[in-house]
Formats: sequence, C-alpha cells, structure tokens
Amino acid sequence: MKKRVVHYINNFFAGVGGEDMAHIPPEKREGVVGPGMALQPALGDEAEIVSTLVCGDNYMGEKTDEALDQLIAWIKEEKPDLVIAGPAFNAGRYGYACGSLVKKVQEELGIPAFTAMYDENPGVDTFRKDAYILKVADSAAGMRSAIPLMAKFAKKILNGEEILGPDEEGYFERGIRVNYFHEKRGSERAVEMLLQVMAGKDPVTEYPLPKIDRVDPVPPVKDMAHTKVALVTSGGIVPTDNPDHIESSSASKYGVYSIEGMEQMSKDLFTSIHGGYDRQYVLENPNLVVPLDAMRELEKEGVIGELADYYIATTGTGTSTDNAKRFGEDFVNKLKEDSVGAVILTST
Amino acid sequence: MVKEIERAGIPVVHIATVTPISLTIGANRIVPGVGIPHPLGNPKLSEENEFKLRKSMVLKALDALQTPIEEQTIFS
Amino acid sequence: MRLELGKIFIKDVQFGQSTHVEKGTLYVAKEELEKLVLEDDRIIGAQIELARPGESVRITPVKDCIEPRVKVSGGEMFPGVVGKIDKVGSGRTHALEGACVVTVGKIVGFQEGLIDMSGPTACYTPFSETQNICVVIQPAEGLETHEYEEAGRLAGLKVAAKIGECARELEPDELVVYETLPFAKQVETYPNLPKVGYIHMLQSQGLLHDTFYYGTDAKQLLPTFMYPTEIMDGAIISGNCVAPCDKVTTYHHLHNPVIEDLYKRHGKDLNFIGVILTNENVYLADKVRSSDMVAKLVELFGLDGVLISEEGYGNPDADLMMNCQKVSQTGTKVVLITDEFPGADGKSYSLADGVPEAKHIVSCGNGNVIVHFPPMEKVIGMLDYVEMQIGGYDGSLKPDGSIDAELQIIIASTIANGFNHLAARGY
Repeated sequence: MKKRVVHYINNFFAGVGGEDMAHIPPEKREGVVGPGMALQPALGDEAEIVSTLVCGDNYMGEKTDEALDQLIAWIKEEKPDLVIAGPAFNAGRYGYACGSLVKKVQEELGIPAFTAMYDENPGVDTFRKDAYILKVADSAAGMRSAIPLMAKFAKKILNGEEILGPDEEGYFERGIRVNYFHEKRGSERAVEMLLQVMAGKDPVTEYPLPKIDRVDPVPPVKDMAHTKVALVTSGGIVPTDNPDHIESSSASKYGVYSIEGMEQMSKDLFTSIHGGYDRQYVLENPNLVVPLDAMRELEKEGVIGELADYYIATTGTGTSTDNAKRFGEDFVNKLKEDSVGAVILTST
Repeated sequence: MVKEIERAGIPVVHIATVTPISLTIGANRIVPGVGIPHPLGNPKLSEENEFKLRKSMVLKALDALQTPIEEQTIFS
Repeated sequence: MRLELGKIFIKDVQFGQSTHVEKGTLYVAKEELEKLVLEDDRIIGAQIELARPGESVRITPVKDCIEPRVKVSGGEMFPGVVGKIDKVGSGRTHALEGACVVTVGKIVGFQEGLIDMSGPTACYTPFSETQNICVVIQPAEGLETHEYEEAGRLAGLKVAAKIGECARELEPDELVVYETLPFAKQVETYPNLPKVGYIHMLQSQGLLHDTFYYGTDAKQLLPTFMYPTEIMDGAIISGNCVAPCDKVTTYHHLHNPVIEDLYKRHGKDLNFIGVILTNENVYLADKVRSSDMVAKLVELFGLDGVLISEEGYGNPDADLMMNCQKVSQTGTKVVLITDEFPGADGKSYSLADGVPEAKHIVSCGNGNVIVHFPPMEKVIGMLDYVEMQIGGYDGSLKPDGSIDAELQIIIASTIANGFNHLAARGY
C-alpha cells in the first residue's frame, strides 16, 4: 500500500496571492499544490501526497490556536504516515507556521513530521529542538535542490530507516544528546584531542557548551514588612514519607508542603531524599536547607509581612534544566495566586 | 526554577554554595551558602550560634531582595 | 618510579577448598573469605556468591568493585587502608586480571548501583565481563551509616587483597613495565616532546562521596603531584558511589584509562610527566583554593597540555570548569572528559556549569537515558531499593522483576574518565 503524506504550505506557495492574501484561513485541497507538484514525483510510487493544507501566514500568526486546531483535525482525518511542511526558506512567519504545525502534529497525533528552512529563519532556533528542520537555501530559487533533499528524508522516515546525525541527513542539530558506542574509548579520544590542541589545531569538541538564556533582574521589593515571602528549595527536603515519590536524582516532579503553624522544620516530620550530598546534617536539622525557624522569627519581628504557609521542594541533582523550568513555570502560578511578593530559593 | 520565578515578575534570591553555578544558570540575586550539605547554617556551631548564623543569612537574602540591581550580583 | 605489573589472566571463577589459580580458573575458598569479612563485628552476615559473564544474574545494590592483586615487592596492597602505610607505585605487583570482587548489600544511601551479567544492559558496565566474586554483607542492626559504609568498603578491600595473595608466586601471563622518572630527568629524556599531565579530580563530599588517598580522606587534601604508577598500584581507593554511573570504582583507579592511554603515547608523541591529584569539596572556598593550587602546579611543572577528568556531576562541574579556566589562563592546553545529564529526552543542558575556555570536551554519554532491564533468573543482593537508588523512580521495578531506570543506575556506565566507549553526540 502506498504511504500517505500530507503537505502544508502557505498561501503564497499555493498561488493564492502574496502579502495581500496572508490573512486567509486554513483550507484543505485534494492532492498536490505548488511545491507538492515537484515533491510528488521525487517521492516516487511508494508515497502519495493525499492532500495539501494551505493557510495564510498572518492568519497563522494571529490566530495560531484556531488555525492549528483546524489543521490538526484535517490531518487526523487523513491518517497520514508523514506530514511535511514547507520548505519555508527564509520567510520568518512561514517558518513559524511550519514549525508550530510539525511540532503539534508530532505531540498530539504522534505522526512523524518535518519541515525545511534557511539557516537564519528565526523558526530554526524556535523549533529545532522539537522537530527535524532540513537545511535549505534562503529563497524559493533553492526549491530545485530542496525537493530531492526533502524527498530522500521523507522516504527514510516512511521506510522506518534509522535517521543519522545532522551532518549525514542535512538537518539542523536539534540539541538532543543521543548515546552511541564510539569505536575508541573516551580516554583514547581525549589523548588524541589533546595532541591536536597542543599542535595548534582546533579539533571538534564532542560537547559544544550551549548559550544559556538570561532574565533581566526584576525591581526589588519595596515594602518587605508587608510582603508575603515563600520558600522554595532544590535541596530535596520533603515530608518523611515522601508522599509525591520525588526521585533522589533526576526529579520529574516537585511538591508543595504545608508548614502552617510550624515554628521550625522538625526532623521527625521532614527528611531529605537528595542523592547528591551527605545528608547527615540535614537529617538532624532540616532548617539548614529550609530556614523555617529563622523565617518565623523574622515574621514575628515584623521584618517580613508573612510567610507563605507552604514551601515548594524538588531534588536538584541530575534534574534536567527543562524539568526545572517546567516546575518553575508551573508553580509560579500558585505563587502569584497566593500573592507571594518575594521568594527565597535555597540550593544544596 | 529561579529564572521562571523572576520571569513571572517575583523578586527571588538564590541561596547557593556554588555561586559559579548559580551565575551560570542565570540567577540575578545570589547569596552564598555555607556548604553544599548545609547551605543555611554550620553544624559545627552551637545550636544558638547556628541559629544566629541562619537568621543573619536570611536577613542578607531579604536585603538582597530589597536592593536594586542592574546585573547578576553576589551579596556576600 | 618503575612498576612491573604481572598479569595473570582469569577466565573462570569457581569455589574451591583453597583460594588458588589453575589454568586460568580462579578457585576461591568461600568459608574462609566469609570468615574474614565477619571479623568486623559491624557486619553480621557475609555470603560469597559468584557471577560470570553471560549468566542471567543481576547484582545490586553494588558498592564497589576491586581487582584482586598482590604487591610482590615494593610495599603492600591498599596502603593506609588494608596494608601498612608505605609508598606504592614501584616494585612488582601481580594482578588477577579478569577477576573482580564486588561488594553488595542493602543501601547506605541512594548511590549504590546495579550490574547485569547478560542481556541488553550488560554492555554498559565493564563488570559484566569480569569473573565476579560478590561479597554480600549484612550490617549489624542500627549500624550508623558512616560506619556501615566503612565496614562495607573494608570488607571488599580485604577480600580482594586476600584473594590477590594467591598470585604472589604465580608466573604472570604478561608482564608490563610502566615508568615515569623524577621530573627533571623525565623532561630531559624526551626534550622534544610536549610535556603532558593528568588532572585527576576525586569525589570528596562526605558519605558515599568520599575517596581515599593512602588512607587519607581526599576532602582534606591540598592538590598534590603523583607518579602515575602510584594510582595504578592501589594508592587511591573509592569510598563513594556518587551516582552509580559516575563511580570511579577502586578497580577503575587501578585501571585508570587516562593513565594507561597516556603511557601508550609516552615517549612517542608526548612526555607523560605525572598526575595532579585534586578534590571536589562542598565549600566554595575549597573549590577556589584547590583549583588555584592545580593551576599553580601546572605552571610550576611547565606542562604544555593536560587532560582533566571529573567524578560525579552537578556541583563538581564547577570544580571542572574552575580547573579548566585557571589552567588555560597559564597558557596550558586543556581537554576535559565528562559525562552528560541532559534529561531522558536529551534536550536540556548537559552540564551544570561552563566557561568559555572549555572548548575541547570528550563525552562519556548521557546518563539520563532510560533503559529496560529484563528480569534475570538470579539476583545477588536485593531489588528492594531499586526505586530509591539513583536512576530509579516510582514504578521502576515491575512485578516480574524487570526494571525501567535511567542508565545512571548502572555502575560506571558513564564514568567520566573515558574508560568506556559510550559517548553522546548532538542529533
């Protein structure tokens, strides 16, 4: 049986005007449209582009959820084996549309999907972690070379072949670290790398350090005596029975625990499940990580307005930065709802 | 987590022993902890002095929260 | 120092009336060894069990792995711990290569690991390929954790030294000689080759995170200079499990791969001057001081290049980066060896810290990847703690005895000194 492919393009490539028509809502057409006419023969007889979905880039940009929901619903009906979006070349809004769609197709429908863009398309950085984005030229003049690349990659996915590294396949590295067995052991590679560095060469590192994002500092607390303060920790302090089963390393969750009416962190009620440090001191005195005793005194002295009647905890060791970010994004909602005006975050 | 709190507009201070990591991950207000297994206190001290130390560190953290900053700052 | 290392290759292990080697088979006297372990009254139960490559056997919670060896001349085995305090690294040592003592017992913390002798996860640990003499210990009721850790550590070392004793009079199958001369002479010997050193970072953060140098707790060390052969000869023993995947077992100290591979190029492409030993402490001031001293030693010895390996992840990444930065600033070339913890999906940052000087890094793999461990016919030790051990999680252990857990639960699977072939790359 022929494999089924759905293709997504914008209004321009569908021949529906240019910038003036970028507001058009999603539409579905049978068979191939625009670049699909070249893509279909390149895919050969084993795969068929069953339908082409079209949407204006502005519509997608302004009503993203509505557009995506409609497109996803159509894709679901088609039961495709693969969704291809673009190529978007260097068109920023088109890149955003293609990236958003292939991400959602994979996440919601579990159907493989990929797109293609030019190096400097802002969609590359936004979506490279979420999907394969093939490297193509900066304008539609590069369509002729883009088509065989996309067709080849599509066939590999449809045939269930192993997708190799970014250099072999021509996609932007997704920043996903994947294990493999090297023919030489690590120490031998390290000695070889050092010999090259000492010889004045610049061998390729096996792990390029990422650029880490920054947040601008927010303005300070103006009136601490009337501010509600919350305690957050990555030090793995939890109630003794660890009710949320937070892991001792590589935490996948965090917990919110009541300290209402407590004067200090009692060693009988709280423990540490952190696998990254010697717990002997903290098991005796959890205030060393969650300074409840000191906070209560400062609350009584009126230095702070009040202390939130819970603290938030997870284990920091081995916990991925993406998980930590997700915890933070999640619990800030609670902090905001509870009118918390300042946070002390302690780490071990 | 610290960045997400800051992104939400809530002032946050990070008490951490290994301040270089705190700087790397992007905390803006940082107070150095005493030691990794006991950031807020020193188990070698008497109970009373130990508490005093913790209280002074928390006060320092509260000061940091009330200090305007332009860039990542370690309050030591 | 000049070390003659005589290797007796062990291809099988069996129980016997006495501990001896016959045609590549190591026979061990079960009761004698159990009695030896029970001499320590902190241990109330001891059982020796054997595990061979390819068997359907799972060993957990694993504390340490130690190759049985004997000092024929030039000191005693594991000085300052089992043997008399004395320098090691010269003279003659016999090793029962291919055999390994594995200490097992209920957990001290969360850090003990797992070994499968066969199946899909056996390839991640070198100890699926050794003939293992497992020492399963039971601690006295209510034994304090530091005491238990020490008792377990000593039990393994004593058994390894005892078994090693039978190799004293044996004719080695292979004899390898390693030699590093005193500094000035070593420089003179190969004046045209680049002077290379190895910065060896030891885990030193307290319970289950300690390492011992001639019996001294590494957290009390100031960085020091060593002959490489000292490490190959038992000067350093492991009292830690950090995360199991990262543990530099005592076996790995004896078989330090960086030292072995630097010796392979010694006199050909480089001049291997020595090892700078340093620690990874819990106080920032210690981290700053130790990395200052490391850089000072590198400068003092005029090294052209160094390899740096770390033990553990998280805050030791800060030590690694401080060492990298400060050594680079002396003008010395640096290559780092580390493993990665970017999450099970591989999408997060791999390291907790970074400096612009860390331009050349060798990867020993992603420890967060989740792997499946099918059930095994036999378990040496117990599965009771799997979900609490690092790498395990709620729901890890299935009723049929199979396990889903992060790779980091396997002993030495992503060990950050480059012993394994496992690596990670960007996709």
